[in-house]
Amino acid sequence: MSSVVVVGAGPAGLAAAAAAARAGRDVLLIDAESRRGGQYHRQDLLDTTERFPLPPGVEHLAETVVWAVEPGRRLHLLTGPADGPGRRRRTVDAAALVIAPGAHDRVLPFPGWTLPGVYTAGAAQAMAKGQRVAVGRRVLVAGTGPFLLPVARAVLGAGAEVAAVLEANRPRWHTEPRGLAAGLAKAPELLGYLRTLAKHRVPYRTRTAVIAAHGADRLESVTTARLDERWRVRPGTERELEVDALCVGHGFTPRLELAVAAGCALSGGFVSVDPAQRTSVPGVYAAGEVTGIGGADLAAAEGAVAGLAAAGAPVPPRLLRRVRSLRRFAAALDRVHPVGDGWREWLTDDTLICRCEEVPYRALRAAAPGARALRLTSRAGLGLCQGRTCGAAVADLCGLPGDAFARRPIAAPVRLGELIDEENE
Amino acid sequence: MVDVTVVGAGVIGAACAEALSAAGLRVLVVDRADPACGTTAAGEGNVLLSDKPPGPELELARVSRALWPELLAHLGASAEWEPKGGIVVATTDAGAAALAATASGQRESGVDAVALTPDQVADMEPLLTKHITAAMHYPEDAQLQPVLATVALLTAVRQRGGEVRSGEAAVGVVTKGGAVAGVRTERETVPCRIVVNACGPWSAAFARAAGAPIDVLPRRGMILVTAPLPQSVRHKVYDADYVGAVASGDADLQTSTVVESTQAGTVLIGSSRQRVGFDDTIRVDVVTELARKAVALFPFLADVPVMRAYGGFRPYSPDHLPVIGEDPRLPGLWHATGHEGAGIGLAPATGRLLADLVLSRPPSVDPRPFRVDRPAVIAA
Repeated sequence: MSSVVVVGAGPAGLAAAAAAARAGRDVLLIDAESRRGGQYHRQDLLDTTERFPLPPGVEHLAETVVWAVEPGRRLHLLTGPADGPGRRRRTVDAAALVIAPGAHDRVLPFPGWTLPGVYTAGAAQAMAKGQRVAVGRRVLVAGTGPFLLPVARAVLGAGAEVAAVLEANRPRWHTEPRGLAAGLAKAPELLGYLRTLAKHRVPYRTRTAVIAAHGADRLESVTTARLDERWRVRPGTERELEVDALCVGHGFTPRLELAVAAGCALSGGFVSVDPAQRTSVPGVYAAGEVTGIGGADLAAAEGAVAGLAAAGAPVPPRLLRRVRSLRRFAAALDRVHPVGDGWREWLTDDTLICRCEEVPYRALRAAAPGARALRLTSRAGLGLCQGRTCGAAVADLCGLPGDAFARRPIAAPVRLGELIDEENE
Repeated sequence: MVDVTVVGAGVIGAACAEALSAAGLRVLVVDRADPACGTTAAGEGNVLLSDKPPGPELELARVSRALWPELLAHLGASAEWEPKGGIVVATTDAGAAALAATASGQRESGVDAVALTPDQVADMEPLLTKHITAAMHYPEDAQLQPVLATVALLTAVRQRGGEVRSGEAAVGVVTKGGAVAGVRTERETVPCRIVVNACGPWSAAFARAAGAPIDVLPRRGMILVTAPLPQSVRHKVYDADYVGAVASGDADLQTSTVVESTQAGTVLIGSSRQRVGFDDTIRVDVVTELARKAVALFPFLADVPVMRAYGGFRPYSPDHLPVIGEDPRLPGLWHATGHEGAGIGLAPATGRLLADLVLSRPPSVDPRPFRVDRPAVIAA
């Protein structure tokens, strides 16, 4: 029986592991990447300096995926490069489990979004941060949310030109005075981004979106348009813009499969937690984006709470107050960056919604109702990504709950041969 | 006015509703969820003769196998019907003997079962292991997409003036003079003289609510799905112990391998049978056992990633025969359930037989083995 097991070495997981270790517990920190930090603190693979040293008592299992969770907090792990042979299989029984796997990009489909040259904002950032590679020479960043700004900066930092940053909303901060106050500490970071954009003469346009991407074999140009409050196109505002790369992000989708497999209750598409980050399952805690999209600071604060609680240590009220304040800011951020339902009008019959199985919008509309029947009759969400990319959009278009695709008992692909191998710890 | 209310919009309920509406009855189908989202969606779409030893279920399966293509043609639906045939292989001498004996009995019942030489098997399934002791080809085994088939059946019901209500649970029946006078849903009471319990693994609960309990239990099955592959398995390929698993009542885990490719390029690996109530959490020992047997049949699968596992609950009666008929304790209450993992294949014959009995037509299959008042179904 291992002591505290933390899944995910991003801001939440790192804070949880450190807090539990300082409280005197042995900690196993599991992460799919080769280096700690997660997406937000992604470390440069070319620079070997370790930015996240671990306190004593924490064992870090890098390049390790949790492919199944069984009742009783039993985790099934595979360690090794995902595309290489000979991954090691191992089973861990956690005395306490902290689930902190984060989120992945949410991207709304639009005509042409599957063309090579169209990237998720997160992928563009990861390539720039992790490998110093720019996704193109002339890059457009579009979507909604504050995340577009660091992405633009990362792309600039990798040496590309950024044609513009297009924000589909016009954030109405004056309606959120309390949330704004809670987030004042983030103001210098925001100003830093805006200064970088100004220095490189990158236009920042609100109520503007990419509604179509064009190109023969890869991206050559996009159609942008001004939007109304609900994201419907203002007629006559369509413009063509030549770019060779597009980064799009419309917020984030929590990685729920481990929490669902562990039996944790969800609410509103996220894992339900109490103030100590306890889920509905005894001994299972959750922290970070899986409990609500809120950014790295909130994730780290929740992680510290979860780590202490999982270790059985008292949680200082100061820390709980910090979580509450950051949540207020996160909720306000979320409210001023809604996804307007007008995006459906950007779609054509032929627009692919599920790209793994190449399911066009037409087929989705013809599918049988009900999450299970819909998937089986349209094949949406049944491909390699198992609905991680399209699930939120399919749910939205078909009136299903946002977590309709969250159940994935096989939480990561596993080769049949790896299943057969006896455990080789 | 409704003549018959069918409770449950899975493939069995849909087939009953289709057969009854084809005979001119006014049919209402109610389901607590959307159609085909329970056991039906969790199946592989098997329409099999190969896995059934001689006996009443095989008779029902033969009628059903003949009915499916007829019915789909009549409804103008394809439902991905694919008469791809099955190959059962044995990997031990004991397995070979059992397979030969089963096939011989099946042939006497009219099933086409052709023994294959090693060269013939290698030709038909080039990727199959060479370590086999016997192989039998069942050309009649077929495959369809159960959700599409169910949708097609329900569409026909609607076109004939029937009604299908989703998201409305049936909670019991009303009786008058000791017979059914209507069905109670969570919204209203619908007067009708006949109620068909087609709730699959949940049919014991509805029967209890109706005041006529039957013994039908859930048995969990799990299927693995690989990533799409360039290679393909051309038939349904089973190992010979499949027959043993179906007929067993042990609670312990049983697996017997069924490997086949789908039109989407994935390979399906089934199937386990386990009595764990309605517990649907993943069991890694089940996954591992399925993987072990699949790789033993098709060694190339060792390097293939599993992308997904799905499963569901299959309704079984303690004597492993479907329950089709009127409940002698409550006239007007009919059951069509207990098909275990064979409901997709047995659906059209079940609907036909039920309609025959309701309408007092000469039955298409001997109904006695499936009657409700047998000791395994009605606890004394």
